[in-house]
Amino acid sequence: MLRDLTHLERLEAESIHIMREVVAEAERPVMLYSVGKDSAVMLHLARKAFYPAPPPFPLLHVDTTWKFAEMYALREKAARDAGMELLIWQNPDALAQAINPFDHGPLHTDMWKTEGLKQALNHYGFDAAFGGARRDEEKSRAKERVFSFRSEAHRWDPKNQRPELWNIYNARKNRGESMRVFPISNWTELDIWQYIQLNKIEIVPLYFSAPRPTYTWDGQLFMADDLPRLEKILGRQLDIVERSVRFRTLGCFPLTGAVESEAASLNEVIQEMLLTTSSERQGRVIDKDAGDGSMEKKKQEGYF
Amino acid sequence: MSSIYETDALIADDIEAYLDQHQHKSLLRFITCGSVDDGKSTLIGRLLYDSKMIFEDQLAALEADSKRIGTQGQDIDFALLVDGLSAEREQGITIDVAYRFFTTEKRKFIVADTPGHEQYTRNMVTGASTADLAVILIDARKGVLVQTRRHSYLAHLLGIRNIVLAVNKMDLVDYDAARFDEIVTDYQKFADSIGVKNFTAIPISGFKGDNIASLSASTPWYDGVTLIDHLETVELDVHADQAKPFRLPVQWVNRPNLDFRGFAGQIAGGAVHVGAPVRILPSGKTSHIGRIVTLDGDLDVAVAGQSVTLCLTDEVDCSRGDVIATAEDPPEVADQFEANIVWLSEGAMVPGRSYWMKLGTQSVSATVQPPKYQVNVNNMEHLAAKTLDLNAIGVAEITTDRPVIFEAYADNRTLGGFILIDKMTNATVAAGMLNFSLRRAQNVHWQAIDISREAHAQQKGQSPKLLWFTGLSGSGKSTIANLVEKKLFALGRHSFLLDGDNVRHGLNKDLGFTDTDRIENIRRVGEVAKLMTDAGLIVLTAFISPFRAERDMVRALMPAGDFIEVFVDTPLAEAEKRDVKGLYKKARSGALKNFTGIDSPYERPDAPEIHIDTTRMSPEQAAEAIVERVIGVWSYDL
Repeated sequence: MLRDLTHLERLEAESIHIMREVVAEAERPVMLYSVGKDSAVMLHLARKAFYPAPPPFPLLHVDTTWKFAEMYALREKAARDAGMELLIWQNPDALAQAINPFDHGPLHTDMWKTEGLKQALNHYGFDAAFGGARRDEEKSRAKERVFSFRSEAHRWDPKNQRPELWNIYNARKNRGESMRVFPISNWTELDIWQYIQLNKIEIVPLYFSAPRPTYTWDGQLFMADDLPRLEKILGRQLDIVERSVRFRTLGCFPLTGAVESEAASLNEVIQEMLLTTSSERQGRVIDKDAGDGSMEKKKQEGYF
Repeated sequence: MSSIYETDALIADDIEAYLDQHQHKSLLRFITCGSVDDGKSTLIGRLLYDSKMIFEDQLAALEADSKRIGTQGQDIDFALLVDGLSAEREQGITIDVAYRFFTTEKRKFIVADTPGHEQYTRNMVTGASTADLAVILIDARKGVLVQTRRHSYLAHLLGIRNIVLAVNKMDLVDYDAARFDEIVTDYQKFADSIGVKNFTAIPISGFKGDNIASLSASTPWYDGVTLIDHLETVELDVHADQAKPFRLPVQWVNRPNLDFRGFAGQIAGGAVHVGAPVRILPSGKTSHIGRIVTLDGDLDVAVAGQSVTLCLTDEVDCSRGDVIATAEDPPEVADQFEANIVWLSEGAMVPGRSYWMKLGTQSVSATVQPPKYQVNVNNMEHLAAKTLDLNAIGVAEITTDRPVIFEAYADNRTLGGFILIDKMTNATVAAGMLNFSLRRAQNVHWQAIDISREAHAQQKGQSPKLLWFTGLSGSGKSTIANLVEKKLFALGRHSFLLDGDNVRHGLNKDLGFTDTDRIENIRRVGEVAKLMTDAGLIVLTAFISPFRAERDMVRALMPAGDFIEVFVDTPLAEAEKRDVKGLYKKARSGALKNFTGIDSPYERPDAPEIHIDTTRMSPEQAAEAIVERVIGVWSYDL
């Protein structure tokens, strides 16, 4: 009767265990859903954890209004397929001030994402939020707990984390305090891709190469997902070239670098990922904002 | 340099074959431990580097950092790859547990990088709790140190059966075989003394890469395998776990509709198949497995490590915290244990205090007796101890407020490992491993401990308070106080109501209604109430207590914040109109002297903690508001 569990089976079982603990112990959990591949895997795991019931919490998308059109399309469909409520939050202050990545630089991420997330969690009174962060993404992430405790002001204190032993998670907290919970902490990028393949999980087509309208900005390649909006905000015409590109991560289209590629299938994407020579987050402008320790600083301030 | 990641060609030529291979890999979790400067981070950096887990942009940043802040001159400082948080990078030491990932042709690995600094035992214990294997690093120049013994003891304590002794920095002792043998002999003696049955010693250099991915030409005398070879082939704990009796701690009951009732959890031991007879604990009811449900379809069999949902053939009671186990060999249920405890918090253990204990999916209240002894982890000596401080390890008896389903930690990590949580701060203050249950007969000699005010309160799971109701005669004090006490009682709180009837008939029957007697009356009531709060009770008093000075006198008897003045505010006209006992009528007629409000003053509270306006609230509403305040402010169990 003995059988070996594969590493993916063990990771899956661990993630499901974590999600069930949160649902059993938190008052008002929510799943942060960014429409990316990690979110797609997390959502699929939630469906497995609670089957045949739908996952007993809503999805929350903290929107910046600058996501790719194809992300918005998949967002609605994924929630519908899972039988879950989809909540969308756009920071009203950022909306009023028309915050954008071109005029406002780092403030764009700060207001739409960091502030927007805090507002949304406070607004709905969520006391536990699932996030799709992985420990292999970035050095400071490697040390974060699975249950990451946040103060009333949503701050993360890396010096004062609760020790986490075995698979026992301490979900107790005082009123006003909350937890960020990372069920796919121990997954790597390769695990994510392979799981998507094995479980036939639907992801945004932007991960696969196709001819797309692109422009160059600061030495990086970007996709003109909404050309009229881009040109209006920049006040000039962009030099658009159609190239065969895809994306390794997805975020706001003016901040997410594209890579030239011919990888149009999952196998080819994985192959390219394994043979590539630059790390996953390199295409993201956000990590480079403040030099050394920049992600750690953002997290202390409440960024996911 | 050779690479352990020899599948590059396969990735390029036949990605499907590669993915098929990767899909079937198993997972090994291990920890690395050693003293500061033993080269842990360098070793892990080396493993990541050799397995091509480092990308060009990271390598470029690493090379630049190495020159700027590295400790290896112009060479790559692999340690910089794994030291995450900025504060640590500045100090040049690792101060927390970090998890790293790499993969070879045969296995995926999760490495817990745990620090060697003496005060960080708690991080090592955390990393070891999920590990199948421990790599104990030794600096070949320094040999077996105090920290080596400490790390080995902790790994053994946490139940790690596979220990690798990595004798590092062999390049700095000229790859001397005699030095290696000397260290292994030394370690063997120590390992025997703490009960480590076997270990694998490998001479390595994390910096140069010797015997890590490939056998080194510099150690021709070494006839063992490389570190990677060993990690790829060592037997996993999951095999042993699957051979154990079946146990599933119930996490969550899945009840989407009336036709489906499933018990969700991760299997903590053994295997289960459809039709298997099971016993539900603690009730002891039996049933059979009806279905093993997953999104991908029902399973016939499920094994330890899998997260599943089980349906039973009978409608038996079963909820979170219960354990579904094989009917023939269920786990024990008990409420007194001996346990190994590792204290993880700045605040020392308080014997007799009540902590939350979380074991598997069970949460109970538990008190810890003073330790039988503390272990000096440097030489394994047993020391007498009254408490356990941060990073201390000891053996103590634990009592829980209700029975716990458990197994000895040595038999089952999930049903034997627990954490203790402080009820006030919610911090995880200790980790523990149950050894065995104590039959009551074995446990008649409780060690004496001071039963302090705090201990009394902890035992009752509440914070003692004095609710001092004040107001005119007929204002409704006793009515409201009675309702409050009933509600507290219904909520399981321990309380007592002192009012004129039960005090004036006994304790204070010698007192009349002069100002002096009124003051003495309140003083005595205040002292009695204080004694009762020392016993851990929530005390309610209902006396007119007209003078501010006496109310303040009682307030001063109590610890700050424990005296709650409840002003039952009813206008004189209203109280006189109600005149429930006919006293106002008597006073007005002169038959009753010194009556508050008529011929004796009532001094209104300046700033009562709770102000009840009885013209706007019914007694029921008032009591509700007061209880909400009591529960909201003082309850631990929110």
